Amino acid sequence: MVVGIAHYLTVSAILFTLGVFGIFLNRRNIIVILMSVELILLAVNINFVAFSAALHDLVGQVFALFVLTVAAAEAAIGLAILVVFFRNRGSIAVEDVSAMKG
Amino acid sequence: MLSGLEAAFFYLFAFIAVASAFMVISSRNPVHSVLFLILTFFNAAGLFMLTGAEFLAMILLVVYVGAVMVLFLFVVMMLDVDFAEMKQGALQYAPIGALVGLILAAELIIVLGGYTFAPQLASTVAKATPDLAARSNTAALGDILYTDYLYYFQISGLVLLVAMIGAIVLTLRHKEGVKRQSIAAQVGRTPATGMEIRKVKSGEGI
Repeated sequence: MVVGIAHYLTVSAILFTLGVFGIFLNRRNIIVILMSVELILLAVNINFVAFSAALHDLVGQVFALFVLTVAAAEAAIGLAILVVFFRNRGSIAVEDVSAMKG
Repeated sequence: MLSGLEAAFFYLFAFIAVASAFMVISSRNPVHSVLFLILTFFNAAGLFMLTGAEFLAMILLVVYVGAVMVLFLFVVMMLDVDFAEMKQGALQYAPIGALVGLILAAELIIVLGGYTFAPQLASTVAKATPDLAARSNTAALGDILYTDYLYYFQISGLVLLVAMIGAIVLTLRHKEGVKRQSIAAQVGRTPATGMEIRKVKSGEGI
């Protein structure tokens, strides 16, 4: 690996931070929040793959595969909940989700 | 700064990935957000390719961009939401978000940017990556995924199954007033229930 692991870790740190910032910035729009979570999981995956390549250990890639699986399941369930919520309320604003509260 | 072809491609992929990730969170239209997210994933796949994780790069493109992101695009286009109204007051928490983000990024980069391995770490490798010339990345992953990590693999399959059933149960709805075929009712018909014999008097209807 010509490019050192620190470079990959820096890229994934920036992606992770952008994901966290995206949750703050788009706190009303739940679709963009879901996309920010995808960004965070992508940053995690880049970390796994970078460590796997740097240590010549294949287990990191196996685990990244499982992270991808869980992220796909999360996206599917999240979007399904979103569609049901939109059908019932006609909006996807995050504030409206508190309707079940007390 | 590094130099060389691999480093040039690394900077290309990394820069586009970070720039499009920024566009994901800052663009006004969620459709644009999804498209920029796809661009981010493409460039992350390029980064994976540079590290030698070929199978994961292809999975990221085929499964993630091809299925999950298209699902996102579907949902964004299907829901008729006034996104302009949703942006109202969006910048209310931007300063504190930027503060948290800057501190987080600075900490992560300070900690991770100077990362080096302890020399004894080389002896803790669980499954050594075989030489690419001897065994391709996909075959090497399969070698350990279907043997030592079989249970994890099956559990991840179960996770997907549960997600699939959950998504179907959540979103399936039977519309009222739609005529459907009931095979059980058809098969269960007998002459006694399927026919009705009436005496019709002459000169009158039923």
